[in-house]
Amino acid sequence: MRPLLEVQGLTAGYGGVPVLDEVDLAIEPATICAVLGANGAGKTTLVRALSGLIRPAAGQVVYDGRNLDGVPVEDRVRLGLAHVPEGRAVVEQLTVDENLRLAVLWRRDRHVRRDLAEVYELFEPLARRRSHLGHQLSGGERQMLALGRALVAGPRLLLLDEPSLGLAPKVIAEILTLLARLRDTTGLTVLLVEQNVRSALSVADRSVVMALGRVTTADVSDATLRHAYLGF
Amino acid sequence: MARVGLRHLTVTIAGASALVGLTYLLDPFRNYQLATAAAYLCATAGLTLLIGLNGQVSLGHGALMATGAYTVALLPSGMLLLSVAAAVLVATLAGAVVGVAAARLRGPYLAGVTLAVTMVVPAVTTMADAVFHGDQGLSVAAPPAPLWVAPERWQAWQAIAAAAVTLFVLANLLRSRFGREWRAVRDDEVAAQLAGIPVARTQVLAFVVSAACAGLGGAMFAVLAQSVSPSTFSLTLSLYLLLAVVVGGLGSLAGAAWGALLLVLLPDAIHSVTDGLPLGPDLAQRLTGNLPLAVFGLTLVLVVLAVPGGLQGLLVRAVRRLR
Amino acid sequence: MERFVFLTLDGLARGAVYAAFGLALVLIWRGTRVVNFAQGALAVASAYLAYTVTGATGSYWWGLVAALAGGLALGALVELLVMRWAGRAGPLEPVIAALGLVLLIQALLGMVYGNDFHPVDTPFARTALTVRGFDLVSPYDLFVLGAVLTVMLLLAVLFGRTKTGLRMRAAAFAPEVSRLLGVRVGRVLTLGWALAAAVGALAAMLVIPTELGLHPTAMDLVFVSGFTAAVVGGLDSPVGAVVGGLGVGVVLSYVGGYLGSDATPVAVLLLLLTVLLLRPGGLFSTVQARRV
Repeated sequence: MRPLLEVQGLTAGYGGVPVLDEVDLAIEPATICAVLGANGAGKTTLVRALSGLIRPAAGQVVYDGRNLDGVPVEDRVRLGLAHVPEGRAVVEQLTVDENLRLAVLWRRDRHVRRDLAEVYELFEPLARRRSHLGHQLSGGERQMLALGRALVAGPRLLLLDEPSLGLAPKVIAEILTLLARLRDTTGLTVLLVEQNVRSALSVADRSVVMALGRVTTADVSDATLRHAYLGF
Repeated sequence: MARVGLRHLTVTIAGASALVGLTYLLDPFRNYQLATAAAYLCATAGLTLLIGLNGQVSLGHGALMATGAYTVALLPSGMLLLSVAAAVLVATLAGAVVGVAAARLRGPYLAGVTLAVTMVVPAVTTMADAVFHGDQGLSVAAPPAPLWVAPERWQAWQAIAAAAVTLFVLANLLRSRFGREWRAVRDDEVAAQLAGIPVARTQVLAFVVSAACAGLGGAMFAVLAQSVSPSTFSLTLSLYLLLAVVVGGLGSLAGAAWGALLLVLLPDAIHSVTDGLPLGPDLAQRLTGNLPLAVFGLTLVLVVLAVPGGLQGLLVRAVRRLR
Repeated sequence: MERFVFLTLDGLARGAVYAAFGLALVLIWRGTRVVNFAQGALAVASAYLAYTVTGATGSYWWGLVAALAGGLALGALVELLVMRWAGRAGPLEPVIAALGLVLLIQALLGMVYGNDFHPVDTPFARTALTVRGFDLVSPYDLFVLGAVLTVMLLLAVLFGRTKTGLRMRAAAFAPEVSRLLGVRVGRVLTLGWALAAAVGALAAMLVIPTELGLHPTAMDLVFVSGFTAAVVGGLDSPVGAVVGGLGVGVVLSYVGGYLGSDATPVAVLLLLLTVLLLRPGGLFSTVQARRV
């Protein structure tokens, strides 16, 4: 099958200092790919380059057969590429409902209402806190909101940056189970950036490890490899 | 440190002497222009230090010049040096009042407060009509030039002397501990604070120093024009000063000199162009006052967008490329 | 007592103008962290456009429409041509660029219209209505209050109830997240500048007839008053700007009425300094003022 996302020789960074160094990566449709690696390995930079927040210095990103070079951030979500940034970027001054509606403002189809209702069904606590402001939510609720906000746009590829950060193990498990279910039922493709290796590996179809801006290995299933690269 | 001071002194004396020599080559009108540019330079040198090194925009330096100019006008003529010293003192005090009030303010707040200060000038001259004679203003009776030197040349010498003193003092200040603290505060207020630099005091001091320079520039304005009126010190003057330091190159004393020269030469160049055009008297009158303003405004916008280092920045880069 | 009541009501009308002008400053500050120092000049330019249109059509109302449309267009142009490119280097550059625009716009107006004061008519009488022998409030003041109130309600509906308003709020609070969610933040900013300039234009249309008349610098002092109004709300709060504007208007009305109009610039300066020194973050600001 043709990969949904193909990254070739991607080099990017901030202010001329490269953080990503010729990264190659391919993700098949309806799979979950975990990107692992220590702090500073370039995982977040990779995701930011994929969603267009930073412009790559070299290399290309091909999504669904289309070169994304020059496609602005706001248009990538319209192509079905959703990015949930690190730190659960809920707009704190807006209500839960406004945060969710914000994500579907660009959609012109008639199913917007239905999709919003579905997200509230999926994340029950959000439905109860509909009119609460973002800054009143707990960490778990924020992650639900950020995830729901990404899903309501109906993405085909979901870029998730450290969703487990600061969350209770039970919440993490719930979120990962949900991702696996969406993969199986709707064919959602997920790029999951994680430091929490154990839980990421439990749902990932495939994993890659990054170190110092490069993808160092495309297979971490072997325990010895895991030890070598992750140190446990 | 002493050696740097000595070098500054040598450069200043050499530069001033060259300019004094230049006054013998220029006709009276050009000498008057040179004098005006030197008076502007006193104010722009102080302002470039405030904006360039401290990151604070002031729209009140026109008003601070007014305090200096009115001080000279109100004091008895005869002891010019004393009146000028008093003018600097008064402007320094005014600067201290505004500076202390604005010390806690960053960027937009300081600009807003100083804008309000500029708006106050005409109101104050009208309210204290008996002292300042409202819109009419006051005349200044500066001591006449010695018999052996042409009046315009004498005026140019006075203004050159004022500018030389300003530049010498500022150049040494920049090299001192204060200069380093100013730069540190501009680059990163929090880091400067952590390094033990009293941020608020540093910013007040920068404002006070630049106010003193503006007071000297205002005093020279009064001496050159032999009159003062509130319309000279409108918001436009403050914007002119801002333009000069931005176009010259923020934070650079040489840039302040370029800017001061530009303030005098550009309107002159524009006039000589419009004089050649066949215009009706009404249109000509509108253009005379406004065309230089429009060119200045456009220049300011374009420099901000396209030439971040200003003229001095361009020059430095050109010299580097030649080497 | 009679005079006090009249001055209060007149001050509220004047304050409504400052509130509108301050609100326009707040709109842009929230979206871009820039105080638009060119707002007064943009507003005067719109008022000159109205002057021309009213002169040609004989109708105040066509002039008002032209001023609002002109404000929208000018605001959008300034954002697209200047501010979008000036904000990259640092916080100083947009302020300096705005001040360059002040020089440019005022000079262009002077070239086209000359630097004399043009008296401007009001659509309603400025003499006070008398109730049982009391001078109460002029019809024009009522018009001013009504116009500003209408605009504020429209803005409240726009921001609180519409998709565009949601986009504008989100883009102001979290531009990066908004872009990730498909909000075209650039367009939203252009719209914000356009709206703010139109509100500023309305303020100019309302206040200029009550002062010396139309002049390239006619809004300079109004700018300072409107800025003071916005600072009362810490530059961030629309409600603060409205309350601040009304307060500034009433205070200036008393100062002008009892001490003479020459004292009002001094009063504005003192008010601004008082607000800044007492509450540097503004009286209404929810966030702590930035302090080192």
